[in-house]
Amino acid sequence: MTTAPDAAQLRALIPAVLGVLVRRGADFTAAEDAVQEALLQALQRWPDEPPRDAKGWLVTAAWRKFLDANRSESARRAREHAVSSQPPAPEITGADDSLWLYFLCAHPSLTPASAVALTLRAVGGLTTKQIASAYLVPEATMAQRISRAKRTVAGARLDRPGDVGTVLRVLYLVFNEGYSGDVDLAAEAIQLTRRLAGVVDHPEVAGLLALMLLHHARRPARTGPSGELIPLAEQDRTRWDTAAIADGIGILQTALARHRPGEFQAQAAIAALHADAPTAAETDWPQIVQWYDELATLTDNPVVLLNRAVAVGEADGPRAGLAELAHLDPALPRYQAVQAHLTERTGDHAGAAELYTKAAGRADNRAERDHLTRQAARLNTAVRSAGAQPLTPGSGPS
Amino acid sequence: MAKYLLLKHYRGAPKGVNDVPMEQWTPDEVTAHLKYMQDFAKRLEATGEFVDGQALAPEGTFVRYDGEGRPPITDGPFAETKDLIAGWMTIDVDSYQRAVELAGELSAAPGAGGKPIHEWLELRPFLAEPPTVTE
Repeated sequence: MTTAPDAAQLRALIPAVLGVLVRRGADFTAAEDAVQEALLQALQRWPDEPPRDAKGWLVTAAWRKFLDANRSESARRAREHAVSSQPPAPEITGADDSLWLYFLCAHPSLTPASAVALTLRAVGGLTTKQIASAYLVPEATMAQRISRAKRTVAGARLDRPGDVGTVLRVLYLVFNEGYSGDVDLAAEAIQLTRRLAGVVDHPEVAGLLALMLLHHARRPARTGPSGELIPLAEQDRTRWDTAAIADGIGILQTALARHRPGEFQAQAAIAALHADAPTAAETDWPQIVQWYDELATLTDNPVVLLNRAVAVGEADGPRAGLAELAHLDPALPRYQAVQAHLTERTGDHAGAAELYTKAAGRADNRAERDHLTRQAARLNTAVRSAGAQPLTPGSGPS
Repeated sequence: MAKYLLLKHYRGAPKGVNDVPMEQWTPDEVTAHLKYMQDFAKRLEATGEFVDGQALAPEGTFVRYDGEGRPPITDGPFAETKDLIAGWMTIDVDSYQRAVELAGELSAAPGAGGKPIHEWLELRPFLAEPPTVTE
């Protein structure tokens, strides 16, 4: 017996249906309106008459709505010309339709912010209001950002899928720069990436999905009751989501077995090694250093080398970490924070306190700044109470 | 995707090039200036980069806690205060370069003689949310 899809399943069909309409030459906004109307119709009809092919039903209904809307407009002739002048879209599988929409929304002609907004709107099916509140901008601004993005890609021709990397970068941005509004952007990014993994067979898609799952698994342990950052080494690992970790590791292993290395797989492997360690002390740092070496061959992002210095500091001792750091540009974000951490571990608390203060001044987010300020305060307090001897220049450890 | 504050100072910023007090302009020049500011905000809304814009009254009050059970103390305004904020605009842009470009445009608002005032605007990044992936 056929049963009607529930709301979540229905939402998952939106990008594919939208993709078909846009491919057939409907402009983005008109296509969205038509799909929305088709969904409403589905919600009314399906309880009594469940469709045999939900997506096919929606495509037919939406296309009809689109044509009706066009017919009733005064600019009918111009629009019909526009539609009929497009070559007919080949009949394609559902997978292709939504994949096509992912590529369109991550089109290289879009700025990252526009690509993110359009992806969440068209592929994710979020409302403009939800996206606006997630990124803390007025709804009118977000509406404009999205409609400009739609106009930008209106003329884009995608005869074949482009570089899947452009899509992955957009999804990574949604995940990593997600703000904490009403919408859980990290969960949204995971869902979008999982759906992408269902329609495109590429180890880096799997790598990104694994990376997201492994980091998301730590989320409950990453912040304290008042939102303060808790560093990895101090997290309560019993609060990590073991199901998400198992899921992420499984996906990663399958991807790695294909021997097509990539940046996201390497990052996920590092996250997996952290997830695997029952305690911070049992972390396999030498293997993490190896993965950073691999990662450094895959990307020239200097932040990789900074993170590698942290891992070397754990594997071979803080002085080895500082020696690695000495080769890097001090202007890198979080450079002083890493230097402070390694310096503290050499026993130079006064020096570390100074570096933490400097790092706090350079932090680009509040949680990190507050965390670094607390580290500096902790060390300064310890240094003050440590000695009867007053802190004068030259009295520090030599 | 980063938010920046464009701060306009009554006092405290270096002097602009066309630095004539507004009350010395012609009424049409004042109108042209205000229109420029409004159009700028509208244009940013249309590009999806506008977040907020506010102007502040020049005179403020200093307030501080004065101990348990006592009303807060107020003081000022102080004529000698060096820095005085006139207003701000918040933008959400893709890069620092874009923020600088927009601040430059805003600073080109017309003033006396219909010429750009070239005032100094202060550009300050917002502290963002922490990224998820840091290792």
